[in-house]
Amino acid sequence: MLGKVVSMVESQVMVEARSLRKDYGSTLAVDDVSFQVSRGEVVGFLGPNGAGKSTTMKMLTGYLSPTAGSAYVGGLDVAADPIAAKTKIGYLPESAPLYDDMMVAEFLRYVADIRRVDGATRRERLETICGRCGLNDVLGKNVGQLSKGYRQRVGLAQAMVHDPDLLILDEPTSGLDPNQIVEIRALIRELGSEKTVILSTHILPEVQASCDRIIIISGGKLVADASPEMLSGGDGASVVRVSVKGDAPAESIFAGVAGVRDVTVLGGEPGGQAFRLRSVSGEDPREAIFRAAVDNGLVLLDLHREQVSLEETFRQLTTTEDGAHA
Amino acid sequence: MRNVLAVARRELSAYFNSPVAYIVIVTFLAVAGWMYFSTLFLFGRADMRPFFQPSPFSPAMLLVILAPAITMRLIAEERKSGTIELLLTMPMQDWEIIFGKFLAALALVAVGLLLTFAYPLTVSSLGELDWGPVIAGYVGMLLFAASLLAIGVLCSTVTENQIVAFIVAFLVSGFLYYVYWLRFFVPPLLSPIFEFLSVSFHLDNLSRGVIDSRDVVYYLSLTFGALLLATQALGRRHA
Ligand SMILES: Nc1ncnc2c1ncn2[C@@H]1O[C@H](COP(=O)(O)OP(=O)(O)O)[C@@H](O)[C@H]1O
Ligand SMILES: [Mg+2]
Repeated sequence: MLGKVVSMVESQVMVEARSLRKDYGSTLAVDDVSFQVSRGEVVGFLGPNGAGKSTTMKMLTGYLSPTAGSAYVGGLDVAADPIAAKTKIGYLPESAPLYDDMMVAEFLRYVADIRRVDGATRRERLETICGRCGLNDVLGKNVGQLSKGYRQRVGLAQAMVHDPDLLILDEPTSGLDPNQIVEIRALIRELGSEKTVILSTHILPEVQASCDRIIIISGGKLVADASPEMLSGGDGASVVRVSVKGDAPAESIFAGVAGVRDVTVLGGEPGGQAFRLRSVSGEDPREAIFRAAVDNGLVLLDLHREQVSLEETFRQLTTTEDGAHA
Repeated sequence: MRNVLAVARRELSAYFNSPVAYIVIVTFLAVAGWMYFSTLFLFGRADMRPFFQPSPFSPAMLLVILAPAITMRLIAEERKSGTIELLLTMPMQDWEIIFGKFLAALALVAVGLLLTFAYPLTVSSLGELDWGPVIAGYVGMLLFAASLLAIGVLCSTVTENQIVAFIVAFLVSGFLYYVYWLRFFVPPLLSPIFEFLSVSFHLDNLSRGVIDSRDVVYYLSLTFGALLLATQALGRRHA
């Protein structure tokens, strides 16, 4: 009975990263990254260039083997069972590398061949996909002659040929013009209603537009994992910044205050300590924070409520001077 | 096997969609034909042996240059353009990729060899031709080419630079080819080792018209050994 419940819960997990780590020689590109993605979720990896987003994706798809840790896709260990795991994934690598010497139709048939999309279903699927990705006008063209926007669409199409459960898209809109970006975003949203999608981007509006959940990666580390609303404080929760002076263990005191959901330690000024407190939805915890500080003999230097945008959160979490730990 | 054929078909169409295939085939037909017929008229005998028999300047020598030229792009180009990422994230075994690419290269050479069949046909119209040694010669030539191509595939796997892949493959193949003639200059004790190592020695044997299993085993070992190493090299994901 319990076993059954567990396995049902398990089957809802589409992707799991367990302490993934990747060293390129002396560069530590990905450092102890763990997360889960449930079936049907659309998750955005957000982070500055060089953060380790692509490297993480390459480990999920089985292209790179992790230095330590493991990746699971649909319950399968990617390292132990690579072929089975790869059949579940559709992958668009960064900047859509494609065979320039092939015609679009020829290329998609080649992918279909290896992906075992056969017989009667093949034509139907290729037609559907070319329709959805808007490729019907370029089927007879060489891939090498296509514009950046069309290349990206061919890249998406090849990822969808076998109707995979999971799509991993590395910077699907980079290098596109605004109209193309809108088109590709719409396509991703459409795909997100039926599939699990992980996409990466270094552009904020991208994740706000497309994702249910955001994983912020910076310097190879996972620094935040939350919904866009939570990160922007828009779920009714408020964010309070507090600075205090005193010997009492301020962090644990604030964590215990009713109405506070979590506490982030910020740098603070000399002699003081600064914190960022996020409240439970709909609560304004400032009064309770004030009392807790006074009761514990802490001197309040500053206490104010912030309007945070995702942009600000992103900047705070990905710049080291703020010393964020999430 | 299906993946092997899919990869091989893609590579083969890449060869024939670019000038590579035509340049290779025309060069081989022209230069090999010239090398052969110039010696044929010298001997004035209906014999294909000069076509197969390796010498410092023979059709086999031509393959020592052409094989690395054919194989240099096979994996190196995928690394350079990034398509290797597509290739390695499709549900395929590494050996299927390597073997498919190798088969495409072998098929290209086989087409070239098949077209040279016009030479024995021409010769047989001029005089009595013994077909046994001709068949053995073609078998030998194909095995010889297979081992050079496998070395080329291996070299293409370990670098993303096609020129480097070409040069390394040419040096290795050239060494294995010319070491046959070096045997005269080394101590008599080493001479049989040099002989056995050489790709020319075994082709020389086969060109006499006898298919000896030792020669066949030599070429197959070299071919599969190189392909196995290539598979290993491809499988190492920057570990
Ligand atoms: N093949 C490689 N060899 C060496 N270092 C690499 C390689 N690929 C990426 N890196 C380094 O790893 C870090 C993470 O890179 P990447 O995963 O591409 O980041 P992102 O996709 O977030 O921009 C960077 O510092 C980058 O320079
Ligand atoms: Mg990247």
